Amino acid sequence: MKKILAFIFAITLGVMIILSLSNNELFTDFGDTNHYDGISSGYITSEVGGDEEPALVPVNIVTGILVDYRGFDTLGEVTVLFVSSIGVALLLGVASPKRINLNFKPNFMLSVGSRALFGVMFLTGIYIVLHAKTSPGGSFPGGAMIASSILILYLSNDTFRTDVSKFKLGKSLAASGFVLVGLIGLLFTGEFLANFHPFIMDTILVLIAIDVAGGIVGIIDNFLTEERV
Amino acid sequence: MLLYASVLLIVIGLYGLLTNRNVIKIILSLNVLEIGLNIFIITVGFLDLEEAIAPIITLQQRASVIVVDPLPQALVLTAIVIGVGTTAIGLSLAKKMYDKYHTFNLDEMGEE
Repeated sequence: MKKILAFIFAITLGVMIILSLSNNELFTDFGDTNHYDGISSGYITSEVGGDEEPALVPVNIVTGILVDYRGFDTLGEVTVLFVSSIGVALLLGVASPKRINLNFKPNFMLSVGSRALFGVMFLTGIYIVLHAKTSPGGSFPGGAMIASSILILYLSNDTFRTDVSKFKLGKSLAASGFVLVGLIGLLFTGEFLANFHPFIMDTILVLIAIDVAGGIVGIIDNFLTEERV
Repeated sequence: MLLYASVLLIVIGLYGLLTNRNVIKIILSLNVLEIGLNIFIITVGFLDLEEAIAPIITLQQRASVIVVDPLPQALVLTAIVIGVGTTAIGLSLAKKMYDKYHTFNLDEMGEE
């Protein structure tokens, strides 16, 4: 009975969403958006920054919106990831951690193959971080890829533990460095996170990648360790 | 059409949230709902033209080419990262529940 009610409720909500969006003057049809009239046109033609030098305008507009035009949003996003990593450590962290017993013994092929894969994934992550200005997604995918290369090592070896304290230190330094870069902009131009030099954007992208990688590695380590008895 | 697919994902996620009593399945339903919402926001910025490209353009091209709307993509990138954070917190709470009650089912918790 409860399932039928839930089914009816969900279907009704979906039908209402579709009905309210179809033939709606305020909501344009699929593939028919006119964002060149809206706020995005300023980002695309880089009119928002005013008299910005051409070298400061990023090739990838999505990255430009993330770290330049809406850099303050990204600072909040980095803070959310930081706080959730701290929350997981608060819930699952223990005083003297050891690896959880995974109930399987990795064979030779798995351990060797995962080590080979680790190098490729780690270097690809660094490559994506360094090309964050042109590739889609900024440096978030690069940081996540570095963290998942560490996850591969965790899953293929039941005694492996990385040096988590270094990742946590890097995460904290990156989050503080983001604020510091913003304060540098405030000092020199009077605007928080002002983009007055090409180096600013590169620094922010690398700091984001370090923060993402450190946060996710901390979460992985908290999930795969337990109290030593 | 992609809009209907995203609404379908939202409906599936909502149904799963309402009916499941397993903590892991509830978190999975929340993720399905979130993916549906993200796809919906992406479809808002899509431009169905032959000459429309992804928003990666050089300075020389900047005035002449037509690109899809980059703003929803940037917002969805933020939403994905925040989704990772909430999922991690939810899963760690689920692990704590399992350590205490030795079950993931909400109905069986507290019965000893």
